[in-house]
Amino acid sequence: MNRPIRSAWMEVIPLSLSELWFLLIAVLFVGFFFLEGFDFGVGMSTGIIAKTDRERRTLINSIGPFWDGNEVWLITAGGAMFAAFPHWYATMFSGFYLPLVVVLLALIGRGVAFEFRSKMKQQRWRKTWDIIIVVSSALLPFLFGVVFATFMKGLPIDGEMQLRAGFLDIVNPYTVIGGLSVTLLCLVHGLLFASLRTVGDLRERALKTAQKLMLPLASLLAVYALMTYFMTDVFAVRGWALWIMVVLGAVALALAAYFVRQKREGWAFGMTGAVIAIAFASVFIGLFPRVMVSSFGAAYDLTVYNAASGAYSLKVMTIVACTLLPFVLGYQIWSYYIFRKRLNEQHHLEY
Amino acid sequence: MDPIMLSRIQYALTTIFHFFFVPLSIGLVLLVAIMETLYVVKGKEIYKTMAKFWGKLFLINFAVGVVTGILQEFQFGMNWSEYSRFVGDVFGAPLAIEALLAFFMESTFIGLWIFGWDRLSKKVHLACIWLVFVGTFLSALWILAANSFMQHPVGFEINNGRAEMNDFFALITNGQLLVEFPHTIFGALMTGAFVVTGISAYKLMKKQDVEIFRKSFNIAIIIALVSSFGVAFSGHFQAQYLVETQPMKMAASEGTWTTTEDPAPWTVVAFIDPDKQESTGEIKIPGLLSYLSYSKFSGSVKGMKELNAEYQQTYGPGDYIPPVRTTFWSFRIMIAAGGLMIVLALYGTFLAVRKKLEVAGKWFMRLMVFAISLPFIANTSGWIMTEVGRQPWTVFGYMTTEAGVSPNVSAGMILFSTIAFTAAYTVLGIVMVYLFVREIKAGPFAVDKPEDHDESADPFGVDGGYSVVTK
Repeated sequence: MNRPIRSAWMEVIPLSLSELWFLLIAVLFVGFFFLEGFDFGVGMSTGIIAKTDRERRTLINSIGPFWDGNEVWLITAGGAMFAAFPHWYATMFSGFYLPLVVVLLALIGRGVAFEFRSKMKQQRWRKTWDIIIVVSSALLPFLFGVVFATFMKGLPIDGEMQLRAGFLDIVNPYTVIGGLSVTLLCLVHGLLFASLRTVGDLRERALKTAQKLMLPLASLLAVYALMTYFMTDVFAVRGWALWIMVVLGAVALALAAYFVRQKREGWAFGMTGAVIAIAFASVFIGLFPRVMVSSFGAAYDLTVYNAASGAYSLKVMTIVACTLLPFVLGYQIWSYYIFRKRLNEQHHLEY
Repeated sequence: MDPIMLSRIQYALTTIFHFFFVPLSIGLVLLVAIMETLYVVKGKEIYKTMAKFWGKLFLINFAVGVVTGILQEFQFGMNWSEYSRFVGDVFGAPLAIEALLAFFMESTFIGLWIFGWDRLSKKVHLACIWLVFVGTFLSALWILAANSFMQHPVGFEINNGRAEMNDFFALITNGQLLVEFPHTIFGALMTGAFVVTGISAYKLMKKQDVEIFRKSFNIAIIIALVSSFGVAFSGHFQAQYLVETQPMKMAASEGTWTTTEDPAPWTVVAFIDPDKQESTGEIKIPGLLSYLSYSKFSGSVKGMKELNAEYQQTYGPGDYIPPVRTTFWSFRIMIAAGGLMIVLALYGTFLAVRKKLEVAGKWFMRLMVFAISLPFIANTSGWIMTEVGRQPWTVFGYMTTEAGVSPNVSAGMILFSTIAFTAAYTVLGIVMVYLFVREIKAGPFAVDKPEDHDESADPFGVDGGYSVVTK
């Protein structure tokens, strides 16, 4: 089954189709964490920086037009895994059964909470949905962080490509630090997005909180990088490429801190986004050509070659993706352009 | 309990629940788009009020549809990982395309529609809601392309023990898709139409916002009429296709154990005994089954016993008869509900055209309120027939449902998730119905009055405080 798939036009781009799809899925996940990362962060921030119901609504409305579209990046990544790497999809989704149940419950709760919370004015009603928004917005990046950390550390995958993970395979110091890093990163990213789309007090508070969180975030990420160096093989496998990513990540984070101090939230937001992109790109660079590392040894690894779909299927999917992606990106960017203005509390709020 | 049974129960529960919302979303968004079009073309404020009112109901419903849909995608990998490995190559492609082509479109343009009333020009705003409709339509197309592959697998070959796609064009021109898609879409449009006519009838009985609800009724009843006939005709073609490609499903839905006489009669009701493999107390209409199967009053239809013997020769020993009673009765419930809707749509259109709607008396209005349940009954029983009638196969002729289940997931885990999802869905269902009733009672003019005071309580503050800020 180890059969790199190459076709003639691939001479131009030195990638086999399954390698290209690995890249595409990586891009989808990076895009998901960059985009949904800030709406997770804004979700969390409603429990931290908003003082009144109106402020909370302003925050939720600042991500109102976007969060659903951001989530589709995850759904598309899932669909692309299913189609391009069925074994990856099957091993991962059945292997992470219980964490995924929680992920799904959180996604369900969060999605309807945005739509439902402002439909009634009763205190208890709004409080309930507010708590669901804050808890799920924190839980989701945490769980995703945990799952992505286990990818790098390796998991008990047997010869049948079945992942038989126990609790400690998934939850251990390394993965918990990974989860916390992602959560905090999303929170800062979200605070900066909130400061970009609001005015006055709320904006000040968002910036100030982001500034306070910069040092803890930097420490957490540094610890995580160190643990990755000692506890996984990705630095050994990828060497200089990962070192470059670590340096780039550190520079981006330092710049983010600098811009926050300067109150230039646009640049700061771009920089935390860069940190997210670099962090998740590093995961995929560290893994490649593996998609899931087996703790039983390299022979049991799932790779872009043994987990992939057939050449024909990948080709069809490549054509479809290349045709559609420009449109998708186009109208998503357009929607961000339409809703570029800052919201203030006097604005008519939909959510 | 064993994991297979639990996975089946979970799949059935989550899919049926999800499919309450999907058809209603498709149907409602079309009506909202039509109303907003009338607003843009005629320039009358009343159509905007209508679009906004029904749009609110659409959004509540859409939210539940979206969140329950994510679970559908994850579920294949979680509970049915062997199925996913076997067919991912073919089955995954339409799912990925659905996300790329339809979900992005729906989610982006719904955001623009909700938040863009003041920021977009009338025409661009209108285009947004039509694009949402196109998105839901395309979503249905691709998900049914995936389902059609399970019913009637085409465009693939078996390599290394897996199904690998070798003809994408065959996959999207699958005969099963060509009959299943129109039937499902007409069913969805009918769902939206009956919900709108039912609610409008209720408001007309109460004499509230009469002009708005009369107009809404009139628009929706026409959609109801067209789509109810569409459902019937497309259903007929689908049944004929079934006779050719899945005769066992057809035989089970007729309770036909032995090959029928020629011409074949249609069984209205029967007592079915799956253990003795016989049906008793049947009421039959002569020749009708031949007509339904072949569009002529001759030709016999094969029975389950003969088909089972044939399947055993082809696929090896085993029992290839699906749960007969479920298939038989869900088919009849679907047809009864569908038939009733045709009659109601015809009479309702007659009243609307003669402008006698409100004079016709309360009984018809009341009937229309109850008729809100009919499309949901029909949709659900239709899917039960389609999916249960295919058993024991998950991919017809290639993989049984039992073989598709995840080997590394324990019964306890599935039981836990089933309970968790069922609990979450129950809450969602109750909240949704509650919000629906609330919006309907409040009516179209309950639109956001500026809030003169801002009730605020910070559940995360030090005091967990409660304060009222008066502006």
